[in-house]
Amino acid sequence: MNRSELSSGRPAAPAVAHAPSRPVRTAILGVIGLVFAVPIVAMVEFTLRKGLGGGHDFSRWSALFAGGASGQYRPVLTALGNSVGLALGTVLIVLLLLVPTLLLVHLRFPRLRRLIEFVCILPISIPAIVLVVGLAPVYSVIAGIVGSGVWTLAFAYGITVLPFAYRAIQSNLDGVDVRTLSEAARTLGAGWGSVLLRVLVPNLRRGILAGAFIAIAVVLGEFTIASLLNRITLQTALVVVSKADPYTAVILSLLALGFAFVLLLVIGRLGAVRTRPARRPTPGGQP
Amino acid sequence: MIQPQTQPTIQAETRPRTQAESRPRPGAVVEFSGVVKEFAGHRALAGFDLTLHAGEFVALLGPSGSGKTTALRVLAGLESTDAGSILIDGTDVSRMATSRRDMGMVFQSYSLFPHLSAGENVEFGLRMRKVRGEERRSRAAEALALVGLDAHYDRFAHQLSGGQQQRVALARALVTRPRVLLLDEPLSALDAKVRVQLREEIRRIQTELGITTLFVTHDQDEALAVADRVAVMRDGLVEQVGTPEELYTRPASPFIADFVGLSNRLAGEVRHGFARVQGAVLPLVDPSHPDGDVLVSVRPEDLELTDLELTEDDARGQVLSTSFHGSLRRTTVRLDDGTLVFVQHGARLHPSKGDRIGVRFTGVPVSVETLRPEA
Repeated sequence: MNRSELSSGRPAAPAVAHAPSRPVRTAILGVIGLVFAVPIVAMVEFTLRKGLGGGHDFSRWSALFAGGASGQYRPVLTALGNSVGLALGTVLIVLLLLVPTLLLVHLRFPRLRRLIEFVCILPISIPAIVLVVGLAPVYSVIAGIVGSGVWTLAFAYGITVLPFAYRAIQSNLDGVDVRTLSEAARTLGAGWGSVLLRVLVPNLRRGILAGAFIAIAVVLGEFTIASLLNRITLQTALVVVSKADPYTAVILSLLALGFAFVLLLVIGRLGAVRTRPARRPTPGGQP
Repeated sequence: MIQPQTQPTIQAETRPRTQAESRPRPGAVVEFSGVVKEFAGHRALAGFDLTLHAGEFVALLGPSGSGKTTALRVLAGLESTDAGSILIDGTDVSRMATSRRDMGMVFQSYSLFPHLSAGENVEFGLRMRKVRGEERRSRAAEALALVGLDAHYDRFAHQLSGGQQQRVALARALVTRPRVLLLDEPLSALDAKVRVQLREEIRRIQTELGITTLFVTHDQDEALAVADRVAVMRDGLVEQVGTPEELYTRPASPFIADFVGLSNRLAGEVRHGFARVQGAVLPLVDPSHPDGDVLVSVRPEDLELTDLELTEDDARGQVLSTSFHGSLRRTTVRLDDGTLVFVQHGARLHPSKGDRIGVRFTGVPVSVETLRPEA
């Protein structure tokens, strides 16, 4: 989708001087694809096993879909809902807090950049378990104020995704002349709101989307913090299920993978559609 | 990469005018008075005064760090002022938000919005002013036609050459019919040929629209070529304002003489309103200058090379080097007292390195600077 758009709207990028040849590229892609595919294929194979005899069938899949949702696996569905909600909450925190902060630092307080970078990268060097030790008393306060709903985990996740989201957005920020673009927009009569929404966000779309993708991926895969703070998310629910029925747990993991994949695809699609330039109704444009 | 010039007509004049356009828009009068701007202790503007008359094209010229870009940016509202006032048609705008000042600005770096096509870039200012779809598009197309790029409405910035991008930026700045046009070294990123072409075009469009324009540049050729008046800046102040001819022929100080065009700076003295230098007596631009030792600025074209055989009074020296500049030639001569002078003369005269030669002053008034005693 993106590729065809690029080739139609923009001139072809010049060939890199020492780009690997086509067979080499294919080989590299193949090896990497294999590394990713083996565990997934193994999972699929595992769920298709029939008893101890060595045959394969779909009995476990059909059993799950036949009556699973009615009672036994309901907690997993609830957990999935929790995780998706958390992912959205975390993305919101990143978009509403991190993006404006980085823009403000970039435009108004460039001296703070070092500090912001340090603060944003810091969480990556702190193990989740250490984070939880620090967060537990904080959450007892949070619980007292806004209750102990699952969504409050978004605060903690907002911190854990910070390093990844920061890198994604900052590198985009460095590649765009944000200062000149915003000054140009202001001289053309745009207030700060218009500068942000009509000029900066569209040009930082790539970084913002990448940051959002990473936030979603991290949240859907996070286990330690949720488990230690006793919140039910997809990962913690899967662990509970796997203790009772490993086959079903793997099936659900596969479904979760597929779900995350579709989610990212949808978000990518939404982002791509917005950049498509609006065409003028009159092609010649002569008034 | 610049497209051949298409018919430079203003179509706005020939078609029925819309309400937004029918507002009377003769160029605005801009007055800076006593504007001060400090950056972390450094005074970028130190009581800056300048008036731009309606429809006038004024160039702000100066070395880097002289405050010229700051002056333009405080007018645009991109920097705040610490003191002083900026009046546009009598109204103080120094506390007004940039977006409300109604300026058009072209930046030094390419500033087209990369996610919008050329046409959409030009539409941006109209969109901010809530101009409706059809009118917006036709006005944008008109503005692009004004800069000769109406065929490039759907192109994106990365599909345009540098010169084309700056033209689109110019169209974008002009489409809203702003009160003042601000040009912040818009040509400095372009190559020499495009630069000259585009500066002529900017001047033509500015004259057609009659829009008051402030043009910041560090290139004296550019300033002298296009501006009605040039203000030369130094250390946050205007050192001299005048027509290009005034600045060139009657520089108020050797700094101006040196900055606007080439200049020889020679030791001499002032006696009774005349400068004595290398045995010659020259009139002063400012005859009231007090007597004493001075540095005298003499243009290379105000010196002549002479044949030693025919002269007795002229300064004498030896040719060090000579360089060819098309129709003219510039020769460096070391005078017998060790002073180096540049002489500009016709290209037919071709002195060789090492020649003994005479140098004569043509008697054009010169500017002088009192020598400060060495500390």
